[in-house]
Amino acid sequence: MVELCGIELAHPVINASGTFDAIAAQRVYGDALLDDFPFAAFVSKTITLEPRAGNEPQRIWETPAGMINSIGLPNKGLDGFLAEDLPRLAELPVPLIVSVMATGHEDFKRMVAALDEREEVAAFELNISCPNVHSGLIVGEQPAETLALLEALRPVTPKPLIVKLTPNVADPAAVAVAAKEGGADAVSLINTLKASAIDPATGRPGIAAGHGGLSGPAVRPIAVAQVRAVAAAVRLPIVGMGGICSGADAAEMIAAGATVVAVGTESFRDPRAGKRIAVELADRYAAMS
Amino acid sequence: MLEEAVDRRVAPFGRRLCEAIEARDSGGYRVVSLLDSEGPAPEPGQFYMLATERHWQQRGERPFLPRALSVADAEPLTSPFVADSATKREVSGVRLDFLLEGVGPGTDRLCEIEAGEAVWVNGPLGNSFSPPRELAPGAAGAILVGGGIGIAPLALLRRHFAARGIPTRVLLGFRDRVHSGGLDDLFACCEVRLASEDGHAGHRGYVTDLLAAMIEGDDASSAAVYACGPPPMLDAIAKLCSDRGVACELAMESPMACGFGACFGCAVPRPGGGYLRLCIDGPVVRCG
Repeated sequence: MVELCGIELAHPVINASGTFDAIAAQRVYGDALLDDFPFAAFVSKTITLEPRAGNEPQRIWETPAGMINSIGLPNKGLDGFLAEDLPRLAELPVPLIVSVMATGHEDFKRMVAALDEREEVAAFELNISCPNVHSGLIVGEQPAETLALLEALRPVTPKPLIVKLTPNVADPAAVAVAAKEGGADAVSLINTLKASAIDPATGRPGIAAGHGGLSGPAVRPIAVAQVRAVAAAVRLPIVGMGGICSGADAAEMIAAGATVVAVGTESFRDPRAGKRIAVELADRYAAMS
Repeated sequence: MLEEAVDRRVAPFGRRLCEAIEARDSGGYRVVSLLDSEGPAPEPGQFYMLATERHWQQRGERPFLPRALSVADAEPLTSPFVADSATKREVSGVRLDFLLEGVGPGTDRLCEIEAGEAVWVNGPLGNSFSPPRELAPGAAGAILVGGGIGIAPLALLRRHFAARGIPTRVLLGFRDRVHSGGLDDLFACCEVRLASEDGHAGHRGYVTDLLAAMIEGDDASSAAVYACGPPPMLDAIAKLCSDRGVACELAMESPMACGFGACFGCAVPRPGGGYLRLCIDGPVVRCG
């Protein structure tokens, strides 16, 4: 057993937000998904107050040892999530962490307050890779903005607040320090790295939005460096992620300072990757002891 | 309106290794046959995510993601057969045929698959084509329209309809001799009307010319159209069928990372707003 902010986990592998749709996967794979659920906790796709359709295609682009995505957070909005998705996600055999994002404190507070009332929600992940409409600044790129957001949300819920850090800053540890000061219970990193690719057939960006976020094994050394830097700067549990494909990769992230690891892009290639990596990791530790 | 067609066959959870039991040229294309000893037989229109076990990230670390391929034919191997004459091994399961054209690092690598090689398989995924009477109450038969590599899912659909006694006409179009294939393998025992843009086979022009002439002569409500091919062809067919009031299902394609609803990459616009995820809301969409 592993513990993350007081939540008991059967093993140290969870999913990265937005990389596994458990409801869609159950349509495809049936109840076998629940019997053999690959993650020790399930992190929802980010929800926003209002529904979002997501970005115009093309949304994904394969790159060396990775991919760029610009999906645009399609989701049903808070009300749709509460009515349609939450009852189904509550049937998963693992704790549920809901990822939320808003462009202002009041919207963030409304979402966290509404979800706080639902006992199915074990914790929150705060997606702060978005602009504050009042300041125009990306919250997660500014320690002061991050601190102010956490100070606004901390009184709203006693449930764990996990702050998802962006890697697209000079000093992610400074943002982690601000999150802790504001009352965060944990941090998760890394989100995707800002990236672009040009379609050789057209000479224009392969992603319709022009750029997106890079993920996959290509980003793993960057993730390891940032997890090390954050672990050195704050005493907070860390959900480490970025290109983890194997038990060896997970062990590397844990050695760098992660408490638990999250698997994202590898699930696209192998839907059971979370469970496989957990088993590989356990075998690794068993062989060492 | 595009809407989801009939539902799916449930896939085993996770990816699994399948052995390639045959790989051969078919015109300008390749046909690769895999032996799936674990999964159910797919429904026509469903697809699989494929990646070779070895040398996948071989050139500049690409391909990285698996590739989505419609299944072109699937046949349960009910009596064990000898896959390898040297070892006399007996194998059983479902034979899955895929029609391939190398257009990038992923499909290039899949075209190099040799018999005996191991291939990662995830599927069957997605929904499937509907019977004609579900599309339109008066539809007694089917017209299948394929373009280029898009003929693949129609081969399994034709076999499926033949087994159910549904009258089926097949119209296939190709750009030129190099970009054509699969006829002798996948459409061997049926009558096919051909079109080619360079005139090397059949009507010189587009397969949509053949379809226009065919539904011109028909009572429009007596058949349902099933199509797969390049987007301009599908757009033309959707318009033709919509103008004539002919029921129609299209098997579409979109860049896809996962195939099971996880990545949200394969979005296609839904008329009226928003997007469909083609992997779980398709790949077969109803039009009209």
